[in-house]
Amino acid sequence: MEDAGFILGSYALTFGVVVLFAWRVLRQGRKLADQVPDEEKYWA
Amino acid sequence: MTTLDPRGADPAGAAPTGPGRPETATATATATTPGHQTPPTTYRIGTGTRATRVIGIATIVAMGWLVAFGLGFSPADRDQDEAVRILYVHVPTIWLAYLAFVVTALASAMYLFRPRHALGWDRLAGASAEIGVVFVAVTLVVGALWGRLTWGVFWQWDARLTTTALLFVTYVGYLAVRRLGGSHEQRARRSAVLGLLAVLEIPLVHWSVRLWRSLHQEATVLNTNGDIEMDGLMLFSLFVGVVAFTLLYVWLVLHRTRAMAMEDLLDDRELDMALEARRAEAVDGWSRPNDAPEAH
Repeated sequence: MEDAGFILGSYALTFGVVVLFAWRVLRQGRKLADQVPDEEKYWA
Repeated sequence: MTTLDPRGADPAGAAPTGPGRPETATATATATTPGHQTPPTTYRIGTGTRATRVIGIATIVAMGWLVAFGLGFSPADRDQDEAVRILYVHVPTIWLAYLAFVVTALASAMYLFRPRHALGWDRLAGASAEIGVVFVAVTLVVGALWGRLTWGVFWQWDARLTTTALLFVTYVGYLAVRRLGGSHEQRARRSAVLGLLAVLEIPLVHWSVRLWRSLHQEATVLNTNGDIEMDGLMLFSLFVGVVAFTLLYVWLVLHRTRAMAMEDLLDDRELDMALEARRAEAVDGWSRPNDAPEAH
Protein backbone atom coordinates (compact mmCIF):
# COMPACT_ATOMS: atom_id res chain seq x y z
CA MET A 1 0.00 0.00 0.00
CA GLU A 2 3.03 2.24 0.52
CA ASP A 3 3.63 1.98 -3.23
CA ALA A 4 0.17 3.40 -3.96
CA GLY A 5 0.95 6.53 -1.95
CA PHE A 6 4.13 7.16 -3.92
CA ILE A 7 2.49 6.40 -7.28
CA LEU A 8 -0.60 8.53 -6.67
CA GLY A 9 1.63 11.19 -5.11
CA SER A 10 3.72 11.30 -8.31
CA TYR A 11 0.65 11.87 -10.47
CA ALA A 12 -0.84 14.40 -8.03
CA LEU A 13 2.42 16.31 -7.88
CA THR A 14 2.87 16.33 -11.65
CA PHE A 15 -0.65 17.52 -12.40
CA GLY A 16 -0.60 19.94 -9.47
CA VAL A 17 2.57 21.66 -10.70
CA VAL A 18 1.32 21.70 -14.29
CA VAL A 19 -2.06 23.20 -13.36
CA LEU A 20 -0.46 25.82 -11.11
CA PHE A 21 2.01 26.83 -13.82
CA ALA A 22 -0.69 26.97 -16.50
CA TRP A 23 -2.92 29.06 -14.22
CA ARG A 24 -0.04 31.46 -13.52
CA VAL A 25 0.72 31.82 -17.24
CA LEU A 26 -2.95 32.53 -18.04
CA ARG A 27 -3.38 35.00 -15.18
CA GLN A 28 -0.22 36.86 -16.12
CA GLY A 29 -1.38 37.01 -19.74
CA ARG A 30 -4.76 38.42 -18.72
CA LYS A 31 -3.20 41.07 -16.50
CA LEU A 32 -0.89 42.19 -19.29
CA ALA A 33 -3.67 42.07 -21.88
CA ASP A 34 -5.62 44.60 -19.81
CA GLN A 35 -2.88 47.17 -20.44
CA VAL A 36 -2.23 46.57 -24.14
CA PRO A 37 -4.59 47.70 -26.90
CA ASP A 38 -6.02 44.86 -28.94
CA GLU A 39 -4.54 46.14 -32.21
CA GLU A 40 -1.05 45.73 -30.71
CA LYS A 41 -1.65 42.00 -30.15
CA TYR A 42 -0.25 40.26 -33.21
CA TRP A 43 -2.29 37.10 -32.58
CA ALA A 44 -5.63 38.92 -32.49
CA MET B 1 11.10 51.93 -30.17
CA THR B 2 7.50 50.85 -30.15
CA THR B 3 4.98 53.34 -28.90
CA LEU B 4 1.60 52.45 -27.55
CA ASP B 5 -1.42 54.64 -27.34
CA PRO B 6 -3.80 53.38 -24.68
CA ARG B 7 -6.59 55.21 -26.47
CA GLY B 8 -5.93 53.28 -29.64
CA ALA B 9 -8.71 50.78 -29.12
CA ASP B 10 -12.32 51.47 -29.90
CA PRO B 11 -13.28 54.29 -27.48
CA ALA B 12 -16.89 53.17 -27.46
CA GLY B 13 -15.75 49.92 -25.93
CA ALA B 14 -17.20 47.87 -28.77
CA ALA B 15 -16.17 44.25 -28.84
CA PRO B 16 -13.53 43.67 -31.49
CA THR B 17 -14.21 41.02 -34.03
CA GLY B 18 -11.85 38.17 -34.84
CA PRO B 19 -11.05 34.69 -33.73
CA GLY B 20 -9.09 35.33 -30.57
CA ARG B 21 -11.45 36.66 -27.97
CA PRO B 22 -12.61 34.42 -25.15
CA GLU B 23 -10.35 32.92 -22.44
CA THR B 24 -9.92 36.46 -21.12
CA ALA B 25 -11.95 38.55 -18.82
CA THR B 26 -13.21 41.84 -20.17
CA ALA B 27 -11.08 44.55 -18.72
CA THR B 28 -11.42 48.27 -18.62
CA ALA B 29 -8.32 50.39 -18.63
CA THR B 30 -7.91 54.12 -18.46
CA ALA B 31 -4.97 56.19 -19.59
CA THR B 32 -2.76 57.09 -16.68
CA THR B 33 -1.18 60.27 -18.02
CA PRO B 34 -1.47 62.82 -15.22
CA GLY B 35 -3.78 65.70 -15.95
CA HIS B 36 -5.48 64.01 -18.87
CA GLN B 37 -8.90 62.41 -18.58
CA THR B 38 -9.52 59.99 -21.40
CA PRO B 39 -12.57 57.85 -21.88
CA PRO B 40 -12.23 54.29 -20.56
CA THR B 41 -10.94 51.83 -23.11
CA THR B 42 -11.87 48.18 -23.24
CA TYR B 43 -9.22 45.60 -24.12
CA ARG B 44 -10.82 42.24 -24.57
CA ILE B 45 -8.25 40.01 -26.19
CA GLY B 46 -5.97 38.05 -23.88
CA THR B 47 -3.36 35.49 -24.89
CA GLY B 48 -5.93 32.94 -26.03
CA THR B 49 -7.17 32.22 -29.52
CA ARG B 50 -9.38 29.56 -31.05
CA ALA B 51 -6.27 27.46 -31.70
CA THR B 52 -5.12 27.59 -28.06
CA ARG B 53 -8.61 26.66 -26.88
CA VAL B 54 -8.64 23.61 -29.14
CA ILE B 55 -5.14 22.63 -27.98
CA GLY B 56 -6.17 23.23 -24.36
CA ILE B 57 -9.18 20.95 -24.62
CA ALA B 58 -7.11 18.30 -26.42
CA THR B 59 -4.52 18.54 -23.61
CA ILE B 60 -7.15 17.96 -20.91
CA VAL B 61 -8.55 14.97 -22.81
CA ALA B 62 -5.07 13.52 -23.35
CA MET B 63 -4.21 13.99 -19.66
CA GLY B 64 -7.40 12.09 -18.77
CA TRP B 65 -6.31 9.26 -21.05
CA LEU B 66 -2.87 9.33 -19.45
CA VAL B 67 -4.39 8.86 -15.98
CA ALA B 68 -6.65 6.07 -17.29
CA PHE B 69 -3.84 4.19 -19.03
CA GLY B 70 -1.07 5.02 -16.59
CA LEU B 71 -2.97 4.14 -13.42
CA GLY B 72 -5.55 1.71 -14.80
CA PHE B 73 -5.16 -0.15 -18.08
CA SER B 74 -1.38 -0.64 -18.29
CA PRO B 75 -0.08 -3.82 -16.65
CA ALA B 76 2.25 -4.08 -13.66
CA ASP B 77 5.91 -4.75 -14.39
CA ARG B 78 7.63 -8.11 -13.76
CA ASP B 79 10.45 -6.48 -11.75
CA GLN B 80 9.04 -3.20 -10.49
CA ASP B 81 5.46 -4.28 -10.03
CA GLU B 82 3.08 -1.26 -9.73
CA ALA B 83 5.88 1.28 -9.30
CA VAL B 84 6.39 1.20 -13.08
CA ARG B 85 3.30 3.44 -13.41
CA ILE B 86 5.44 6.43 -12.43
CA LEU B 87 7.26 5.95 -15.76
CA TYR B 88 4.30 7.39 -17.69
CA VAL B 89 4.76 10.85 -16.17
CA HIS B 90 8.50 10.71 -15.42
CA VAL B 91 9.71 9.91 -18.94
CA PRO B 92 7.42 12.27 -20.94
CA THR B 93 8.31 15.23 -18.71
CA ILE B 94 12.05 14.81 -19.26
CA TRP B 95 11.63 14.19 -23.01
CA LEU B 96 9.54 17.35 -23.29
CA ALA B 97 12.13 19.23 -21.25
CA TYR B 98 14.78 18.09 -23.76
CA LEU B 99 12.52 19.25 -26.59
CA ALA B 100 11.91 22.59 -24.86
CA PHE B 101 15.64 23.22 -24.48
CA VAL B 102 16.33 22.21 -28.09
CA VAL B 103 13.63 24.68 -29.19
CA THR B 104 15.35 27.30 -27.01
CA ALA B 105 18.65 26.61 -28.78
CA LEU B 106 17.10 26.65 -32.27
CA ALA B 107 15.23 29.89 -31.58
CA SER B 108 18.43 31.38 -30.15
CA ALA B 109 20.29 30.42 -33.33
CA MET B 110 17.52 31.94 -35.43
CA TYR B 111 17.80 35.18 -33.48
CA LEU B 112 21.59 35.34 -33.67
CA PHE B 113 22.15 34.24 -37.26
CA ARG B 114 19.15 35.61 -39.14
CA PRO B 115 19.89 39.08 -40.52
CA ARG B 116 16.72 40.66 -39.10
CA HIS B 117 17.36 39.61 -35.44
CA ALA B 118 13.63 39.35 -34.74
CA LEU B 119 12.83 39.50 -31.03
CA GLY B 120 10.04 36.95 -31.55
CA TRP B 121 12.72 34.24 -31.68
CA ASP B 122 14.13 35.45 -28.38
CA ARG B 123 10.73 35.34 -26.75
CA LEU B 124 10.14 31.83 -28.07
CA ALA B 125 13.52 30.79 -26.62
CA GLY B 126 12.68 32.28 -23.22
CA ALA B 127 9.17 30.84 -23.06
CA SER B 128 10.39 27.39 -24.04
CA ALA B 129 13.17 27.47 -21.43
CA GLU B 130 10.70 28.41 -18.67
CA ILE B 131 8.50 25.45 -19.52
CA GLY B 132 11.51 23.16 -19.78
CA VAL B 133 12.64 24.16 -16.29
CA VAL B 134 9.20 23.31 -14.86
CA PHE B 135 9.28 19.92 -16.61
CA VAL B 136 12.80 19.10 -15.34
CA ALA B 137 11.75 20.07 -11.80
CA VAL B 138 8.80 17.67 -12.06
CA THR B 139 11.09 14.95 -13.45
CA LEU B 140 13.53 15.33 -10.57
CA VAL B 141 10.89 15.23 -7.82
CA VAL B 142 8.89 12.40 -9.37
CA GLY B 143 12.16 10.55 -10.05
CA ALA B 144 13.04 10.90 -6.36
CA LEU B 145 9.73 9.28 -5.40
CA TRP B 146 10.34 6.48 -7.88
CA GLY B 147 13.89 6.08 -6.56
CA ARG B 148 12.57 5.68 -3.03
CA LEU B 149 10.39 2.79 -4.22
CA THR B 150 12.96 1.00 -6.36
CA TRP B 151 16.34 1.88 -4.80
CA GLY B 152 15.21 2.63 -1.26
CA VAL B 153 16.53 6.22 -1.32
CA PHE B 154 15.19 9.51 -2.62
CA TRP B 155 18.53 10.72 -3.95
CA GLN B 156 21.91 9.37 -4.96
CA TRP B 157 24.81 11.32 -6.44
CA ASP B 158 24.47 9.08 -9.44
CA ALA B 159 25.60 10.20 -12.92
CA ARG B 160 22.10 10.53 -14.42
CA LEU B 161 20.59 12.25 -11.38
CA THR B 162 23.51 14.63 -10.96
CA THR B 163 23.67 15.65 -14.63
CA THR B 164 19.89 16.19 -14.67
CA ALA B 165 20.16 18.41 -11.58
CA LEU B 166 22.98 20.28 -13.33
CA LEU B 167 20.75 20.74 -16.38
CA PHE B 168 18.05 22.21 -14.13
CA VAL B 169 20.48 24.65 -12.47
CA THR B 170 21.90 25.68 -15.87
CA TYR B 171 18.49 26.67 -17.22
CA VAL B 172 17.51 28.42 -13.98
CA GLY B 173 20.71 30.42 -14.61
CA TYR B 174 19.61 31.03 -18.21
CA LEU B 175 16.30 32.46 -16.94
CA ALA B 176 18.19 34.62 -14.43
CA VAL B 177 20.42 35.97 -17.20
CA ARG B 178 17.31 36.92 -19.18
CA ARG B 179 16.24 39.12 -16.26
CA LEU B 180 19.45 41.15 -16.14
CA GLY B 181 19.07 44.77 -17.18
CA GLY B 182 19.58 46.30 -20.59
CA SER B 183 17.63 46.62 -23.80
CA HIS B 184 15.59 43.81 -25.33
CA GLU B 185 18.34 43.34 -27.92
CA GLN B 186 21.03 43.00 -25.23
CA ARG B 187 18.86 40.47 -23.39
CA ALA B 188 18.26 38.54 -26.59
CA ARG B 189 21.93 38.45 -27.60
CA ARG B 190 23.38 37.30 -24.28
CA SER B 191 20.65 34.73 -23.61
CA ALA B 192 20.92 33.38 -27.16
CA VAL B 193 24.61 32.64 -26.64
CA LEU B 194 23.83 30.92 -23.34
CA GLY B 195 20.92 29.01 -24.90
CA LEU B 196 23.24 27.62 -27.57
CA LEU B 197 25.84 26.54 -25.01
CA ALA B 198 23.42 25.09 -22.44
CA VAL B 199 21.82 22.68 -24.92
CA LEU B 200 25.13 20.81 -25.15
CA GLU B 201 24.34 19.35 -21.72
CA ILE B 202 21.46 17.27 -23.07
CA PRO B 203 23.60 14.58 -24.76
CA LEU B 204 25.64 14.41 -21.56
CA VAL B 205 22.49 13.78 -19.49
CA HIS B 206 21.14 11.23 -21.96
CA TRP B 207 24.39 9.28 -22.32
CA SER B 208 25.46 9.61 -18.68
CA VAL B 209 24.13 6.11 -17.94
CA ARG B 210 26.59 4.71 -20.48
CA LEU B 211 29.52 7.01 -19.82
CA TRP B 212 29.58 6.28 -16.08
CA ARG B 213 28.44 3.41 -13.86
CA SER B 214 24.91 4.36 -12.90
CA LEU B 215 22.07 3.18 -10.71
CA HIS B 216 19.65 4.55 -13.29
CA GLN B 217 18.53 2.11 -15.94
CA GLU B 218 19.61 2.58 -19.57
CA ALA B 219 17.19 3.92 -22.17
CA THR B 220 14.43 1.47 -23.06
CA VAL B 221 13.00 3.38 -26.01
CA LEU B 222 15.58 5.91 -27.22
CA ASN B 223 18.47 3.44 -27.30
CA THR B 224 21.08 2.78 -29.96
CA ASN B 225 20.08 -0.76 -30.97
CA GLY B 226 16.57 0.32 -31.94
CA ASP B 227 15.06 -2.52 -29.93
CA ILE B 228 12.13 -1.43 -27.75
CA GLU B 229 11.93 -3.97 -24.94
CA MET B 230 8.50 -3.04 -23.64
CA ASP B 231 5.04 -4.52 -23.45
CA GLY B 232 2.68 -3.14 -26.11
CA LEU B 233 0.19 -1.61 -23.66
CA MET B 234 3.00 -0.09 -21.61
CA LEU B 235 4.45 1.46 -24.75
CA PHE B 236 1.04 2.81 -25.74
CA SER B 237 0.58 4.34 -22.25
CA LEU B 238 3.96 6.01 -22.62
CA PHE B 239 2.92 7.28 -26.05
CA VAL B 240 -0.27 8.77 -24.54
CA GLY B 241 1.90 10.53 -21.94
CA VAL B 242 4.19 11.96 -24.60
CA VAL B 243 1.22 13.22 -26.65
CA ALA B 244 -0.42 14.79 -23.56
CA PHE B 245 2.73 16.63 -22.48
CA THR B 246 3.53 17.71 -26.06
CA LEU B 247 0.09 19.31 -26.36
CA LEU B 248 0.58 20.96 -22.98
CA TYR B 249 3.98 22.27 -24.07
CA VAL B 250 2.56 23.81 -27.27
CA TRP B 251 -0.33 25.40 -25.35
CA LEU B 252 2.02 26.89 -22.75
CA VAL B 253 4.51 28.16 -25.34
CA LEU B 254 1.79 29.97 -27.29
CA HIS B 255 0.41 31.69 -24.20
CA ARG B 256 3.79 32.54 -22.73
CA THR B 257 5.31 34.02 -25.92
CA ARG B 258 2.26 36.27 -26.30
CA ALA B 259 2.52 37.40 -22.68
CA MET B 260 6.22 38.12 -23.22
CA ALA B 261 5.42 40.19 -26.32
CA MET B 262 3.07 42.32 -24.18
CA GLU B 263 5.73 42.64 -21.45
CA ASP B 264 8.16 43.99 -24.03
CA LEU B 265 5.57 46.42 -25.41
CA LEU B 266 4.82 47.74 -21.93
CA ASP B 267 8.55 48.08 -21.15
CA ASP B 268 8.93 50.15 -24.32
CA ARG B 269 5.93 52.27 -23.41
CA GLU B 270 7.33 52.98 -19.93
CA LEU B 271 10.66 53.96 -21.45
CA ASP B 272 8.99 56.24 -23.99
CA MET B 273 6.95 57.93 -21.27
CA ALA B 274 10.04 58.46 -19.09
CA LEU B 275 11.94 59.95 -22.04
CA GLU B 276 8.99 62.19 -22.88
CA ALA B 277 8.83 63.42 -19.28
CA ARG B 278 12.58 64.17 -19.28
CA ARG B 279 12.29 66.05 -22.57
CA ALA B 280 9.36 68.08 -21.23
CA GLU B 281 11.35 68.94 -18.10
CA ALA B 282 14.34 70.01 -20.19
CA VAL B 283 12.25 72.19 -22.52
CA ASP B 284 10.43 73.72 -19.56
CA GLY B 285 13.68 74.56 -17.78
CA TRP B 286 15.21 76.01 -20.96
CA SER B 287 12.21 78.24 -21.78
CA ARG B 288 11.97 79.71 -18.23
CA PRO B 289 15.59 80.29 -17.17
CA ASN B 290 14.70 83.17 -14.79
CA ASP B 291 12.42 81.05 -12.62
CA ALA B 292 15.34 79.66 -10.67
CA PRO B 293 16.17 81.65 -7.53
CA GLU B 294 19.28 83.73 -7.87
CA ALA B 295 22.21 83.07 -5.60
CA HIS B 296 23.49 86.09 -3.67
